[in-house]
Amino acid sequence: MSYKLNNDVRSALFEYLLRLGDDKLILGHRLSEWCGHAPILEEDIALTNIALDCVGQASAFLTLAAELENKGRSEDDLAYLRNEIQFKNLLLLEQLNKDFAYTIARQFFYSSFGIYFFQDLAKCKFEPLAGISSKTIKETSYHLRHCKEWMLRLGDGTEESHNKAQEAVNDLWRFTEELFFKNEIDELLIQENILIDSNPLKQKWRDYVEEILTQATLQIPQNENMQIGGRHGIHTEHLGHLLAEMQILARSYPNAKW
Amino acid sequence: MQDHIQMQNGNKLMVETKNEILNLLTEIYDPEIPVLNIVEMGIVRDAFYENEKLIIEITPTYSGCPAMKVIEDEIRDVMYSNGCKNVEVKKVYAPAWTTDWMTVETKNKLKNYGIAPPEGIAEKDFLKDQNEKSVECPFCKSGKTKLTSHFGSTACKSLHFCLECIQPFEHFKCI
Repeated sequence: MSYKLNNDVRSALFEYLLRLGDDKLILGHRLSEWCGHAPILEEDIALTNIALDCVGQASAFLTLAAELENKGRSEDDLAYLRNEIQFKNLLLLEQLNKDFAYTIARQFFYSSFGIYFFQDLAKCKFEPLAGISSKTIKETSYHLRHCKEWMLRLGDGTEESHNKAQEAVNDLWRFTEELFFKNEIDELLIQENILIDSNPLKQKWRDYVEEILTQATLQIPQNENMQIGGRHGIHTEHLGHLLAEMQILARSYPNAKW
Repeated sequence: MQDHIQMQNGNKLMVETKNEILNLLTEIYDPEIPVLNIVEMGIVRDAFYENEKLIIEITPTYSGCPAMKVIEDEIRDVMYSNGCKNVEVKKVYAPAWTTDWMTVETKNKLKNYGIAPPEGIAEKDFLKDQNEKSVECPFCKSGKTKLTSHFGSTACKSLHFCLECIQPFEHFKCI
């Protein structure tokens, strides 16, 4: 497929799509680790359903990235044959599942961001991206509903569930600033009228998260020591291990088909 | 079906209208809901020619739906076996698939098969909680049911339980 874009815009858009695709792929893989381990059967099914949506969305974003790049790489090449430093996902999404509260808090921070973010992106001027985004919103609304309900139940539940939820929120808070990361890639795409500038995004997210955490009787962390790096390929120690497991089959048996 | 298609140069379809192509595709059923074909599901979005190649556009119900790959293969199989070798199946995402496209007839087929059909119009306010009105049991038609989980055996269905006939059942989510 050919798109009429100049080279700078094309490579900026490619990079931007990698961010979106990598976010979904890494989160989807993390969630899939719950398969067979969740506390109850319904939850096992729920988490793996969310994982499946994420991997499906990743596939759509990476397929589009590969088409734009037009160098003969496929979505699978992008997913399985890149190294850690070439992955552009958010640090938040590569964090370990740790325990159920931790997994739910990670999902809550991301899905509450996603519900606003993808509504903006569905209005972008690059039609294939707008299309995938409009699909993503519907699925995200289910993910958010699910983890929001769990945040409320865990936070306002037993002493133990409350403490675990609070600990997860405190620990993951330092990765939330990166949700709003922007650099020259975003600026170019905004300038070219492909993306819309979504400045109020952070405030909308913050208001929503505060509302739910307060309802869940959880404290909003005051931590100002925010961590970023994922968008530059600088990751926490967890991503390499995840990639090793996710990529070993594709790398050991190149072009394997079944 | 073979009568509908005239062949030329071994692989080129001619005087084939979109409706006839869609008609061929009604042979293909959704592997996870074997009472609905992919045309009435709204999965097939368009069929047209581009430089003598037949393009069939499909849209996923859910991004990660594993049935899509099977459906793509089956579309190619059906077109091949009807003499069309030059066919490409393309995935399109906009407009996003919605249960609003299902006709009353389609919803009835779901209900008769034992899956509670989607009700009403898909919610446009994505932050709003889902309508918690209980879903009618497809077996005994009772309204006394409860939601077990938003996520079921496939991405498109949620799990419910009927308090009247004491049966679990599935509901096709309204999206």
